[in-house]
Amino acid sequence: MSDIRPGQERYVAPIDETPLRAIDAVNVDAVPENQWKEAWKRLRTSVLFWLATGILLVIAAMIFFPSLFTGADPKSADLMNSFSPPSDGHPFGYTQQGADVWARTVHGARASVAVGVLTTIIVAVLGIITGAIAGFYGGIVDTLISRFSDIFFSIPLLLACIVVISVLNNTFPERGFWGSVFVVVAALSLFAWPQITRQMRGAVLEIKNLEFVDAATAIGASKMKNLRRHIVPNALAPVIVASTISLGVFIVAESSLSFLGLGLPANVVSWGNDISAAQSQVRSGQNLQVMFVPAAALAITVLGFILLGEAVREALDPKARKK
Amino acid sequence: MNAVNDTTPLLQVKNLTVGFRAGKELLTAVDGADLTIYRGQTVAIVGESGSGKSTLAHAVIGLLPGNGHVSGGEILFDGNDIAHARKDAIMALRGSSIGLVPQDPMSNLNPLWRVGTQIKEALVANGVAKGAAADQRVVELLEEAGLPDAERRARQYPHEFSGGMRQRALIAMGLAARPQLLIADEPTSALDVTVQKQILDHLDQLTDTLGVAVMLITHDLGLAAERADHLVVMYRGRVVESGPALDILQDPQHPYTKRLVSSAPSLASQRLSSQRARAEVREQAVQTAAEIAAEVSHSESQLGEGRDDIVVVENLTKIFKLRGAKPWQSVDFAAVDDVSFRLRRGTTTAIVGESGSGKSTVARMVLDLLPPTSGTVMFDGKNLRDLKSKTDRLRLRRQMQPVFQNPYASLDPLYSIYQSIAEPLNTHDVGTKKEREAKVRDLLDKVSLPTTVMSRYPGELSGGQRQRVAIARALALDPEVVICDEAVSALDVLVQAQILELLNDLQAELGLSYLFITHDLAVVRQIADNVLVMQNGKVVESSSVSEVFDNPREAYTQRLLDAIPGGSIPLGA
Repeated sequence: MSDIRPGQERYVAPIDETPLRAIDAVNVDAVPENQWKEAWKRLRTSVLFWLATGILLVIAAMIFFPSLFTGADPKSADLMNSFSPPSDGHPFGYTQQGADVWARTVHGARASVAVGVLTTIIVAVLGIITGAIAGFYGGIVDTLISRFSDIFFSIPLLLACIVVISVLNNTFPERGFWGSVFVVVAALSLFAWPQITRQMRGAVLEIKNLEFVDAATAIGASKMKNLRRHIVPNALAPVIVASTISLGVFIVAESSLSFLGLGLPANVVSWGNDISAAQSQVRSGQNLQVMFVPAAALAITVLGFILLGEAVREALDPKARKK
Repeated sequence: MNAVNDTTPLLQVKNLTVGFRAGKELLTAVDGADLTIYRGQTVAIVGESGSGKSTLAHAVIGLLPGNGHVSGGEILFDGNDIAHARKDAIMALRGSSIGLVPQDPMSNLNPLWRVGTQIKEALVANGVAKGAAADQRVVELLEEAGLPDAERRARQYPHEFSGGMRQRALIAMGLAARPQLLIADEPTSALDVTVQKQILDHLDQLTDTLGVAVMLITHDLGLAAERADHLVVMYRGRVVESGPALDILQDPQHPYTKRLVSSAPSLASQRLSSQRARAEVREQAVQTAAEIAAEVSHSESQLGEGRDDIVVVENLTKIFKLRGAKPWQSVDFAAVDDVSFRLRRGTTTAIVGESGSGKSTVARMVLDLLPPTSGTVMFDGKNLRDLKSKTDRLRLRRQMQPVFQNPYASLDPLYSIYQSIAEPLNTHDVGTKKEREAKVRDLLDKVSLPTTVMSRYPGELSGGQRQRVAIARALALDPEVVICDEAVSALDVLVQAQILELLNDLQAELGLSYLFITHDLAVVRQIADNVLVMQNGKVVESSSVSEVFDNPREAYTQRLLDAIPGGSIPLGA
C-alpha cells in the first residue's frame, strides 16, 4: 500500500483558494418570507396571473357598473326589433324577443358569477370543516364522514341538482333574483362539497403526523388549538387551488341548468337563459351572434377563473418552493 | 490487489468544472477538481452536503441533470475523454464499463417490477445475456450480492425487501455487466450501522475478487478512511486535500480537513479528550441541577419533589395491534417490551438502537404523547398516569420538552422564528409581550443565532439552524428535562458536532437532564453518561458509557461498536 502512484500524491489546496467559512452561518441580510409572501412574489411575476386578473377585473366591472358597458335595458324587449342587426349603441343586435344582446350579456354576468362565487365559498367552508374533522379525529368519525361524502360523491352533480331544484321550484314558486340564485347555490353546494372534504382530509392526515404538531402538543397546546393554529392553516393551500378551479365549473353548471330550464328562472337575466333561448338559432343557422355573445362571455369568465386557479396552484406548489 | 503494477489510470479527472444554470445565474458546483483512480482501487470522495461530491460522480457517469453541464476540464476513462464525448458513447459506457450504486435504496427500485426483472433489464440493456441465460445470471448475481435464497428473491417485489436487501439488489444491478469502475454514491447512508457494515464488507470483498475499481462517495470521513486507499476531500466545489487515506487522517493539512477529522463523531468518540470534556460538563450540570432540585422541592407551582432520579421508567410496555390475516383478526406487536431505566438529574441517558428497536416509542411515552400499554413513567416522583388535572399536565409540559429529529418538519412553516419560539410562552401565558420578546432574544442568544432571524421563516434556514430554533423553543419554558429524539441524526457531521457542543454547554449552564435517543453509538460518548442499548423493543444492555464502550457484555452491543466506521483507525493526535 505504501507505493504512491502518479496522480495520487499528497495534495493540499492553497488555503486562500477555499477559505473556511463559519460552520452553518446565518445569512443575516436575507429578507424574511413566508409561504404566502413567497407565493405572492411568484404570482406577481406570472403572466397567467395577470391575464386572469385582467379578465376577472373586466367581469367585475360588468357586475358592479354595467352602465359603463351598455346604456340599454336588458329587460326591455320590443318584438319590432326581433333579430335586428347591430346598430349604434347596440353592437350585437337584438334577440328574437327584441332585447339588446350586449346589454343582456353584460347584465347576465351578475347572476353567473354570484352563483359561482357563493357556491365556492359554501363548498369550501363545508369541505374544510368536514375534511379537517375527518382527517384529524380519524377512526369512526372519519369513517362516517368519508362514507357519507362518498355517497354524495357518487351522485352525478347535474342530475342531482335537477331533482333538487325542481322540488325547490315547486315549493317556492315566487322568488326574486337572490332567491333564485340561492336555490341554485344550495343545490350545487349540497352535492359538490365532498371533493373539498377529500382534499382537506388528505392534507390534514399528512400534516397531523409532522413533528411540529407533536412539538405543539408537548408544549401543552390542546387538540383544538393544534388543529386551528397549525394543522388547518398548513392544509389550506391545496384546498384554495381546488376551490379556485371549481369556481369555473360551478358557473358552467349554473349555465347548464339554466339551459335546461331549471337553473335561474327566465325573468333573471343570465347567460344560461340567453343561450337556452338562442337554441333555435343553432338549428336555423342564422343570427348566431344571439348565441355566440353570451356563450363567449361565459367561456371567457370560466377561462379567467381557471387561469387564476392554475396560477395560484403554480405559486403554492410545494415543489416549486425553495427547500 | 491484482493490478499493483498497472501504471495507466482507469479514470482521470483533470481540472473538471461543472456548472448549473439556475434561472439567469450560473452556479459552479465543481471547480477545477482533479482525481485519479487505478484499476481495482477504492477511492473515496469525502465532503459535506453541497460540496460537489455527488455532482462530480454524476459528471463521470454522464448523469448530470438537465441544467448542469461540464464547462471545463476533462474526464479520461481508459484514456478516452468522456466529458465531451457524444451521448451514445457515454450510453455505451454506462452500465457496461461504469456501474452505479445509487444513494437511496428505497426510491431507486421500481415498486411495480419484480427485483429480478429489473436486474435482467440491466443485463439485456448491456447485451450481457438474454432470455433464460439472463434469468440464470440474475440469480447468480443476487447470490453474489449476498442474498440467500436468491431464486425466490428474484421473483419478489421491492416492498418485500428490507432496506439492506434492496441495497444488495442495487449492488447486483450495478455489477451486472462487470464494469471496470463502480460508483457508489452514499450507498449505505440510509441504512442501520450494522447493515451498513455488512454491506460494505461484502462490497469490498466482491470488488476485490472482481478487480473492480470503486469510487465511494461519502460524508463520513471515518468510513472513507476505513474503506479506501486514496482519499479526496471536497469543500465548496473544490478538492482541498487528497492523498493516502491514513496519511490524511493522521496528519490533516488543510484547515477544512482538520476540522473534519476533529469533529467526525466516529473518530471523536475514541478520543480521550472528548471523555474528559464530557466529565466536566456532567460535574457542572449535576451541581446546577441540584440547586434547581432544592428550589423545586420547596416550590408549590412546580411539579415534582426535587428527587435525584428525575425520570424513572418501570416495566414500560407498548403493544400495537396490527392487522391480521383476516379483517376481524389482529396481531399484537410489542414495540416496547418491559423497559426500565432511571435518568439522574443533570446527566444524559442515551437510548441506542437500530430502526424498529422501539427507542422513539419510549421517548413518546415518556413525553406523554402516547399512552403506555402497561408500566409507569414517573416524573420527579409523580406518576404521569395520575396527572389528571389540566394544571398538573401543563406543569409537566413546562418541565419536560422534546427536540425532534427532522429539522424540516419540527417547525411550522407558516410560523416565523419568533412565533415558533414564543409559542410555548403564549400557551402558558408567561409574562407580558415585552418580557416574551426579551426571552426570545435571550433564547436565540443561548443557541447562538443572531436576533435578525426572528422575523424569518423556517424555509429560509438550514437544517442545523432550524434545529437550534427547535432547541430554543424547547428551552423557552425553562424545562428540567429535554428529550432529544434523534436530534442530530439528520445533520452534516460538522453541524452535528456543533449542535452536540451546544447541547453540552446548555446542560452545564442550565443543569438540564437529557434523554438522548440515537441510532449512532458514535455520538453517545460526546454527550451521554449512561446508555441503554435496545433491540426489538427490549433493553439488551444498560450501563455507563465507558462500561459499554470498553467492556460490552452483550454480543449485540459489540456488533454495534464494531460497526462504527473508522473506529479502529489509529489517530495521530
